[in-house]
Amino acid sequence: MPEVQVRKKLTMVEEIFHEGGPISSKPLRRAAALAVIHNPFAERYVEDIAGFMDDLKPLGLEMAKSLIAALGGDPKTVEGFGKGAIVGSAGELEHGALWHVPGGYAMRQLLGDAKAIVASTKKVGGPGTRLDVPVTHINASYVRSHFDAMEVGVTDAPRSSEIVLVLVMTSGPRIHARVGGLKASEIKGEDGLR
Amino acid sequence: MKARIRKLATFLEETQEEMGQTINPPTRRAAAVAVIENPCAGKYKEDLSDLITIGEELGELLAQRAVAALGVSGTAVESYGKAAAVGENGEIEHAAAILHPKLGTPVRRVLGKGAALIPSSKKRGGMGVVLDVPLGHKDAAYVRSHFDGMEVRINDAPRANEIMVAVAVTDSGRPLARVGGLTKDQIKGEDGLR
Repeated sequence: MPEVQVRKKLTMVEEIFHEGGPISSKPLRRAAALAVIHNPFAERYVEDIAGFMDDLKPLGLEMAKSLIAALGGDPKTVEGFGKGAIVGSAGELEHGALWHVPGGYAMRQLLGDAKAIVASTKKVGGPGTRLDVPVTHINASYVRSHFDAMEVGVTDAPRSSEIVLVLVMTSGPRIHARVGGLKASEIKGEDGLR
Repeated sequence: MKARIRKLATFLEETQEEMGQTINPPTRRAAAVAVIENPCAGKYKEDLSDLITIGEELGELLAQRAVAALGVSGTAVESYGKAAAVGENGEIEHAAAILHPKLGTPVRRVLGKGAALIPSSKKRGGMGVVLDVPLGHKDAAYVRSHFDGMEVRINDAPRANEIMVAVAVTDSGRPLARVGGLTKDQIKGEDGLR
């Protein structure tokens, strides 16, 4: 399988103090790591692509580590996660799906026994395409306070033969979460859902 | 602090390859952005001294955050820039009040030096507006390899009564600079120009 060729990396961190309501004593932090890589399958149909998932694992780990560092360095502070991919115009959506395993595996490995499925989204688009990466609680998908999303994008990527890979981690609930539902304190942690 | 901050964001970009050429060491640039309440929104205020004070505070905070994101000492920063986007209930002069009278001094303090003018841009716009922060060498404005720009954008800012303020720094020029002009090793550093 081809080597992973990185053109560019982008790290985005947001620290949110309030959104019109009381200023939180513990600001919400959201971080995204983006890597712009060459798409080795661009411009033609390649049947056998699955092996590239293994090649992406080291990059996934590196990105997940950089996110934990961006959120302060302690994996225990990470409460939400998500992932996504933007495939350039000479590729297909299926190439974005190659990111599911290595992206998810990397975050799970570093976050201990994170049980929930990693929320994800993907699309094909041109340079500057924005992606709303969905975010859910790392141990229980139904925790309503942690349903969130982070918009990301890179001005000059993806070029036609590139893929933008994205991982997102957050430090807590939405800043003024107050619409009920399952709370983080009520997680049973058995099935990854509740 | 006089500024009422809703959100802080940082962006770190690292270019490892451009047009098939490996960039070693990679070129890196970082921006720190604050989303603040505009105390002068919605009315004409002759005296903009509150915004001038806010500019001074943000100069220090944003320069520190941007340099920290870059992960180098302040003195290792090579180029810089600043920009502001005013929400629809403010005026362009509010951006000028933040950026021009007092923001630069604390930025230069964080960087140790900075003989050159800090290049700037400003605009009024809605949420998600794109700020192109101009970049120039911090000690000699004519260094051609360091003329650049960095795009920053926050999907939910500025709201109508907010201002988004950005400071960007780099540890390098463009990835494959090759159009001549004054080079950084020729800097005299006396007048901020050459």
